[in-house]
Amino acid sequence: MSVPRFWRELDTRYNLIGSYCKITDTYHYPRRSFNPEAGRESIGSMEDYQFKGTGTVITATVVHQAQTGYEMFGPYCMAIIELDEGPRITSQIVDCTPDSVKSGMKVKSVFRKLGEDSESGILHYGTKFILLNNSEDEETEEDTIENIEL
Amino acid sequence: MSGIVSYGAYIPSHKIETGEIASVWGADGSAWAKNLNVYSKSVPGPDEDVITIAVEATRLAMKRAKIDGTNIGAIYTGSESHPYAVKPTSTIVAEAIRATPNLTAADFEFACKAGTAAIQTCLGIVGNNQVENGIAIGVDTSQGAPGDALEYSASAGGGAMIIGNKNVIATINHTTSYTTDTPDFWRREGQKYPRHGGRFTGKPAFFKHVLMCGKMIMDMAGSRPEDYDYVVTHQPNGKFPIRAAKSLGFKEEQYKTGLLTPRIGNTYSGAVFLGLSAILDIAKPGDRILAIAYGSGAGSDGFDITVTDKIAKMDRSETVEDMISRMEIINYATYAKYRGKLNMGDSK
Amino acid sequence: MRDVSIIGVGITKFGELWDKSLRELGLETGLAAINDAGITSNDIDALYIGNMAAGSTLQQEHVSALIADYCGLANQNIPATRVEAASASGGLAIRQAYMAIAGGFIDIAVVGGAEKMTDVSDSESSYTVSMGSDEQWEAQAGATFTSLHAMIAQNHILEYGTTREQLSSVAAKNHYHASLNPMAQFPFALDAAAISKSGMVSTPLRMLDCAPNSDGAAAVVLCASDKARKFTDKAIKIIGSGQASDTLSLHHRKYLHRFPAINIAAKKAFEDCNKKPEDLDLIEVHDNFTISEIIALEEIGIFKRGEAAQKSLEGETKLGGIMPTNTSGGLKARGHAPGATGIAQIVELVKQLRGEAGERQVKNAKLALAENHGGTAATAVVHILEAE
Repeated sequence: MSVPRFWRELDTRYNLIGSYCKITDTYHYPRRSFNPEAGRESIGSMEDYQFKGTGTVITATVVHQAQTGYEMFGPYCMAIIELDEGPRITSQIVDCTPDSVKSGMKVKSVFRKLGEDSESGILHYGTKFILLNNSEDEETEEDTIENIEL
Repeated sequence: MSGIVSYGAYIPSHKIETGEIASVWGADGSAWAKNLNVYSKSVPGPDEDVITIAVEATRLAMKRAKIDGTNIGAIYTGSESHPYAVKPTSTIVAEAIRATPNLTAADFEFACKAGTAAIQTCLGIVGNNQVENGIAIGVDTSQGAPGDALEYSASAGGGAMIIGNKNVIATINHTTSYTTDTPDFWRREGQKYPRHGGRFTGKPAFFKHVLMCGKMIMDMAGSRPEDYDYVVTHQPNGKFPIRAAKSLGFKEEQYKTGLLTPRIGNTYSGAVFLGLSAILDIAKPGDRILAIAYGSGAGSDGFDITVTDKIAKMDRSETVEDMISRMEIINYATYAKYRGKLNMGDSK
Repeated sequence: MRDVSIIGVGITKFGELWDKSLRELGLETGLAAINDAGITSNDIDALYIGNMAAGSTLQQEHVSALIADYCGLANQNIPATRVEAASASGGLAIRQAYMAIAGGFIDIAVVGGAEKMTDVSDSESSYTVSMGSDEQWEAQAGATFTSLHAMIAQNHILEYGTTREQLSSVAAKNHYHASLNPMAQFPFALDAAAISKSGMVSTPLRMLDCAPNSDGAAAVVLCASDKARKFTDKAIKIIGSGQASDTLSLHHRKYLHRFPAINIAAKKAFEDCNKKPEDLDLIEVHDNFTISEIIALEEIGIFKRGEAAQKSLEGETKLGGIMPTNTSGGLKARGHAPGATGIAQIVELVKQLRGEAGERQVKNAKLALAENHGGTAATAVVHILEAE
């Protein structure tokens, strides 16, 4: 990714900075200057907001054929996570056996390296997620996907 | 009096056992483990490095202190494995705790005592009221060359100390250093692995500087070993720090809390920070701590510390012991993959 | 507003076409379509090109001018437009031409789609495909295009209990159809059991759940219906056209097991011609993954939500079933060249409606629908065709 493009989103990536829409009392990630649901009125009414970093796994998959830059992770877990404040984010869940991640588990954000342009290029940092230890208590019958690996 | 306002630590969640490394080289794992008193060492994941560890440790310190980035006037990160040779780790940490732009920052290098040198610098600029709080970070993800003795011990981890004048949880009563040009261990620019002088790293290097510094700081403080509840020194393996502590007159119940190397390996610039964090995790008001760091090249920084009653109000969950108990074992193949020891060539 | 008909079609073989450049593919398929239509370059008012990835795979933008030039149309200064909507580029190019003719701006347009996915390495073409999703917030986060569909599949399974066997039946059926299609990339049948055991790509999607990244090209000639008779008595009318968009990233969607853009585009197309799903004789849908075919069938309204997977397993989407789906072999077995795919679907339907589909002919085919989408259906384009 080009230097300026990455630099522009530093705060958003490092610190989970998104936006709060004062018109609809809703939260948005990543940061945006306009909320489609509130329309034009929202321009100028979007405040920066730093997410707490905690959330719930909505859905997860174990990626066996890695995306470019992720080859060293072996099979890894990719998930859509719903942050406590509402918006959803697509992210890797790390430091766990990838297939142990199930819908409904609680996660929290960590600061990790996202990649690099090349051996001599800029390093990209940002936010990933890890499972919270008490996640097992949160699982319910309907949340668990049994035998998803078909 | 100035001192530690808050502290934070981070140890990666993967570890490899001495026996596993030894088996790759056809060596006797249990003999190596006993000789070094190192049984396992931490391994950073493929998405971890000095910068990510520094951020995690600093964020924990900030959380405990309940202050925000605007109260930080300086950040200094000491390491011998900064990801960039040019572009400081400290500015990325600053951005990640939202301390930018009103602060000063720089990276430090002095082998394993780069972080404690940063503590001394923070004491200086806090002491003359140039800044309200400064953060000193000691962190490393150093590597030992495959098959070299250092491969058993070189590990990853680090800690952050927020230094200030107000709300200190531990005063730093005295600090002093013993510094010489002693080439015991070095790494040339562009080289992947360090080199060292073998047995030369013992008496003329580690022991001379740690023991001299220890004597100097106790002279300065007018103290004796029995006045301290805890002592923590640099710990390149699990044997040197015990010998040094005993030579200075300390006992096992004083040095055991801060001695982490047998379980997590040598975190280089992170070692004294992590040892001190482990002590602060359980210290009580009034406890006195002696900390002596050592960096090859060579020098020792000593600190005489007293815990205040403010520590009782601090949330000290997420302890060093918690971090160590969550660590999971990996094998050598995974370790080699994570540590970039596999020659990927220009394959894509 | 005028009626629009298709008077000519052309298609190349899909696959790893090492010897053919993008220009060559465009020319070959364009000529085939023009010859089929019986027109000359003097008859052409405009050229529309569907292409997704020339910028990434060939470092070439301005593909409209490239193809126009190579085909000699630039010598006549014919207006050329490139349309891009990831894998919906082809279908969308057809819609643009359709609207220009229906609106009376032009009479005859050639619409071609071509792609050279194999000119770059597998990992590069795979990353290029993920540019159809949110590159910044999905691809960069580590989500491959397949992993996004894997999460969609997970949710469909959670919602409806969709099984491995049902998913495999979709790919098996498409391969069976392709075995009857000489232009298909993989013209051979595949056993559902082999599909179920193929290598895992992203749980639960396996290798054979996924369409390939192919080279290929297809073209059609569109003509105002009232002028079509001059060229052919086999004209096929476009009687419905719909298009819709949706959020680019999956994490901004309300449902993870639906493609609402397909539903909206299909409704619009049916409204245009006052027809219903049950009126159709056959359909071509965008099966970049087996799960996509299942969801498309539900969104178009062929089967009720949650029932498409079982109907597929029961053979209802196979030749001879109640709704033959992807008689071409679909993206999975005919091949998937993003810019060309949407046009290749139309080529298949035209052949079927003309009665020229050979061994894979659907009996009495009169009404057909093509569904083409891009990304995780952030763009969907639907056309309904009728034999005149």
